[in-house]
Amino acid sequence: MQTTSASDVAAPLVTDEVAAAAWRERRGQFDGATTEQMVAALGAISTRIRRHILETIDTAGLGHVGGDMSVTDILVALFNGVLRIDPTQPAWPERDRFILSKGHCAAALYATLADCGFFPADRLRHFAGNLSPLNGHPNRRKIPGVETNTGPLGHGLPVAVGIATAAQLSRQGLRTFVVLGDGELQEGSNWEAAMYAAQRRLGGLTAIVDRNRLQQGAGVADTNDLEPLPDKWRAFGWEVHVIDGHSHAELLATLSAPAGERPRAVIANTIKGKGISFMENGVEWHHKVPSAAQYEAALKELAR
Amino acid sequence: MSREESSAAGSFDCRQAFADELAAMAREDSRILAVCNDSVGSSNLINFRKEFPDRVINVGIAEQNMVGVAAGLANGGYLPFVCAASPFLTGRALEQIKADVVYSDFPVVLCGMSPGMAYGELGPTHHSIEDLAWMRAIGDLPVIVPADPQETRAVMRCVAASGKPAFMRVGRFKVPAVSPQGQGFELGKAVTLREGRDVTLIAIGTMVSRALDAAAQLAGRGIDARVINAASVKPLDDELVLAAARETGRIVTVEEAIVTGGLGSAVAELVAQHHPVPMRILGVPGFAPTGTTQFLLEHFGLTADGIAEAAHALADQ
Repeated sequence: MQTTSASDVAAPLVTDEVAAAAWRERRGQFDGATTEQMVAALGAISTRIRRHILETIDTAGLGHVGGDMSVTDILVALFNGVLRIDPTQPAWPERDRFILSKGHCAAALYATLADCGFFPADRLRHFAGNLSPLNGHPNRRKIPGVETNTGPLGHGLPVAVGIATAAQLSRQGLRTFVVLGDGELQEGSNWEAAMYAAQRRLGGLTAIVDRNRLQQGAGVADTNDLEPLPDKWRAFGWEVHVIDGHSHAELLATLSAPAGERPRAVIANTIKGKGISFMENGVEWHHKVPSAAQYEAALKELAR
Repeated sequence: MSREESSAAGSFDCRQAFADELAAMAREDSRILAVCNDSVGSSNLINFRKEFPDRVINVGIAEQNMVGVAAGLANGGYLPFVCAASPFLTGRALEQIKADVVYSDFPVVLCGMSPGMAYGELGPTHHSIEDLAWMRAIGDLPVIVPADPQETRAVMRCVAASGKPAFMRVGRFKVPAVSPQGQGFELGKAVTLREGRDVTLIAIGTMVSRALDAAAQLAGRGIDARVINAASVKPLDDELVLAAARETGRIVTVEEAIVTGGLGSAVAELVAQHHPVPMRILGVPGFAPTGTTQFLLEHFGLTADGIAEAAHALADQ
């Protein structure tokens, strides 16, 4: 039986050079690839990430599996086909910025960062452990690749607007991407930030809404409905795209498009619990932890 | 400001020194920005905006977004000074200060303009007597209350150079100059403005000059009062405060803030654990009534007379 000492759990996260090299190699291959080839490759990565998320939550005994699964394809498309980053230099000043505003889906972000080599994937077993740097919500002080600390909802978009404003002031070409939960849009701070992004014409800013239509206890529409959501963003001065948030082809095409004059909202329609049949669209899977039998069944589905 | 205040108070509105220094620093350091919530006028940023039109980030009346945007600007390499009326900066954006600035550890200078009861007549919604307690409770955020224009400038230089977040009050109520010539500012360092053996008066901001006046009154009554300016409320100068406790045996704290959680609490937390001495904590007990700042300070005994009275009673114990 593997034993884990407290000092292993607390150890700082450092670059995984092997994983980073593998990530760099596939990014290089994507440069000359067809969309079909990229989609096939990203599909395999998404399956791997979903397995890692499931293992991470099973080991920790906690997590937000439903939202992790709905946001996985968005993260995989961004980190493997869109973001200009260097996992070996997480503080590179001209890097594109990514913020997971729905910070409770940290396990999905951590699995993705590890897959790019920001830190070794075997550290995922320390998710939410005592003294672990892999806190239940992202902490930039301890996790390379995290841009700002999230967790309380409605914080990511204002910070992203600040980064995009900095890029505009310094005339750096860096782009800023932020993923928001749909339930999170009930927080008013998002709409303060949305107004100001349009005021400044922050073309380098993209907000992606993980539109899985469920919040913690119920459907978004049954709680505090967001519709007409595309019209809301348009009325706030944003360019709006509505896409399938599980289609890597649509994600790549939309997120890679050159910046326009206005900030861009991408409403990515997703399925909470995506990829695991008995979790899909189930409100109870917001932060339920699978039983041993459910865990095995889920892994089997992801192995297919 | 009312006629009563302009005749009764000192000569300096610290906002002017703040605005002049911010412009001077911006000339030297292209990272410096002013971030505000429609408060260009009340934060005295009009001249700054004339000189640096692109370096005032005015998000409108939206404090949560203001603080989040400041954190993002810092992520992008800038050094933002967030200038907003202290009640709205610290109250409305409390969670952004906690999560986006302090927990995320971005170098953002949070400038609580017109703090305490500077907006006396506008009532408790516009009073900022809670800011010190709220800010003190957040992680390792420095909480600083300069006493005069010279100290205001020194604090700005110090926190900008620190590369860390900080909260500072920027006073509107006019105060006299109290800092010794050439006196700078260091985090965690207090300044003894007057030596004394019988009792120590520890004051911040608008209360420092009044504590000095109180010490002069006490001298006439045969009480030798030490006066300390503890502008660095957090981190507190533990060494200097404990020395005062040991050497004078009595401490009176004075602040234009609610008496729970501010300077008095910080001093009490320290001395209660390391060298307990009798204390009086002078400040505001709860929501203040309507009135000019000068009236309200008198109403709560935050005057030289009131401080001297409290110190005298303590010395008689």
